[in-house]
Amino acid sequence: MSAREVSTPRLSAGARRRLVHAGLITTALAYVGLLVVAPLVGIAIAALKPGWSAWRAVFADPFARHAYLLTGIITLETVVVTAVLGVAVALVLARDRFHGRAIVSAFVDLPLAVSPVVVGLAAVLLFGTGGWFEAWFSARGVQVLYALPSMLLVTIFISIPFVIREVAPLLQELGTQEEEAARTLGASWPQTFFRVTLPNIRWGLLYGMALTTARALGEVGAVLIVSGTIAGQTETATLYILRAYDEGHDATMYIVALTLALVSIALLAGIEVFKRREEKELGT
Amino acid sequence: MSEGIVVEGLWKRFGSFEAVCDVSFEAEDGKITALLGPSGSGKSTVLRMIAGLERPDRGRIWVGGEEQTGKTVQERRFGFVFQHYALFRHMTVRQNVAFALAVRKQPKPAQRARVDELLELVGLAPFAGRYPDQLSGGQRQRVALARALAPQPRLLLLDEPFGALDARVRQELRRWLDGLHRELGVTSLLVTHDQEEALELANEVVVMHRGRIEQIGTTDEIYNRPATPFVAGFVGSANVLHGRVSKGRMWIGDAAALAAAGIGEGRRVRAYVRPHDVDLSAAAEDPAGDGALSAAVERVTDMGWTSKVLLRLPDGQSLVAQVPNERIDWVRDGARVVADLRKAKVFPTDGPDRVDGVDGTDGGGPPDAAADGPVLARV
Repeated sequence: MSAREVSTPRLSAGARRRLVHAGLITTALAYVGLLVVAPLVGIAIAALKPGWSAWRAVFADPFARHAYLLTGIITLETVVVTAVLGVAVALVLARDRFHGRAIVSAFVDLPLAVSPVVVGLAAVLLFGTGGWFEAWFSARGVQVLYALPSMLLVTIFISIPFVIREVAPLLQELGTQEEEAARTLGASWPQTFFRVTLPNIRWGLLYGMALTTARALGEVGAVLIVSGTIAGQTETATLYILRAYDEGHDATMYIVALTLALVSIALLAGIEVFKRREEKELGT
Repeated sequence: MSEGIVVEGLWKRFGSFEAVCDVSFEAEDGKITALLGPSGSGKSTVLRMIAGLERPDRGRIWVGGEEQTGKTVQERRFGFVFQHYALFRHMTVRQNVAFALAVRKQPKPAQRARVDELLELVGLAPFAGRYPDQLSGGQRQRVALARALAPQPRLLLLDEPFGALDARVRQELRRWLDGLHRELGVTSLLVTHDQEEALELANEVVVMHRGRIEQIGTTDEIYNRPATPFVAGFVGSANVLHGRVSKGRMWIGDAAALAAAGIGEGRRVRAYVRPHDVDLSAAAEDPAGDGALSAAVERVTDMGWTSKVLLRLPDGQSLVAQVPNERIDWVRDGARVVADLRKAKVFPTDGPDRVDGVDGTDGGGPPDAAADGPVLARV
């Protein structure tokens, strides 16, 4: 027996293990509680304190309504685009072996590694006055910067990884045997995809889409730069919150923030519930 | 042209690996034909090319007198059963079996009737509402078979269908498949590495090794008249004895043991003889007659109604004989006996040792042979 062990309080090995365990659990709970739950509760309290009149005022404000609408449009389009293209890219990454596959795979993660502000600046470089693509678009009368197209573009860019990263590993694990079986049974390519592949990846896909939604709803950095923040025109819900903050409308700011957070949480929770229910049905 | 399967000059290369080299064979209509070989022998690739899942580099395929080579998988409409079942995991048993009918947009009542009929046939009617996860391996493979049979394919392709199952279930399903085939009579091609399975189920066996066909024949021909050393070593268990040819005979040590007509003077040869083909008799003064060698008994292992007798030949090679107990009650450890090797097959040992595949360097001989312990005598 070593000297160090003698000096520690007398505890059985089991008791010590339980103590370490309890310590870890406490740390995890405190970490999540302080950093995630507490701010959320704080915002909820701040948003509910002013009462219903404040809520009614926010939803009556045409700028606020426009901001919600714009965020809704951008989010919806982003989710559709990243879901369709994401599944296509995931199929390629999971199934095909080609030169440059590792590079494509690395580039998929890039939007997570780069600050959205940088993405916004890059968009300004490409589409701003004197940018590479500016002449082409302005000749055709399409306003990209300080308008919906660039806002959509940067939001899609920063949301690319979620669907791909959820779906690609699933596809890899599934392998191709079920698809081959479907083909031997006479299923065409679309039939195989919609009846066999898609149902097998649907939870991963939905989860990726929920994460994309949350990301698109909350996006502020890149959109702030490319939008120009024109109230009632290019102001999204998060930009609306920023303006409310600058102007000192605390109640408005908290109310809009809470609604955005609740949508994301509801989506993720909803998918979790559906997934569990089905897993129970399948007996896995 | 045959109404069954005709395969002509099939080649397939994966990168630098020659998976299938010049494979040609015919399989009879309405019968089960087996493609037998160790893993990596190219048999599954041949099956997948016939199904249309793999495109041959060269060669042609006919089924039922119709050329299939350029057709897609869907156009061929052959039933395919995978080793790992490949059931649709998000569908019930009923939906799995109905899949081929559903994608062909058959009317619902017709689908129902056909699925009921098939589930009855494979004995899984009570499990129609279950998901694959809730079934045993044997049940899953029966669902897979019902699913493949649903669109009434003219050809059934089975890729190691029992390979993932344990021995008892494998036996059971084999007997069941045999009965089912007698009932339906659908032309079937069975890929297996299990020689027992091939011999029991198939009318004809195509033995493959390293992408090539070693022998095509009935089970009797494959077993009793192996055409190549590989077949002799792979199908059933066999003793391998090494020797040299001189004056038209194979010499083992200084005994002229076996006739070796047609093999060049001085060549190294191997003799293959099955343990139950080795006959033992009491030692005579001069045993060096036709196909007889004197040997010392090292160990006798009682297996119930037969015994395995491990013998040592004068030149040090070992040999296993399997003999009914009542015929060797006189044999004791250490006794001298005469081993009759007249049923041995002699092959020249040519260049790179083609028989090495048998003892696992090629990724797998039959597991049964390996489990037989000292049966495969080698130097």
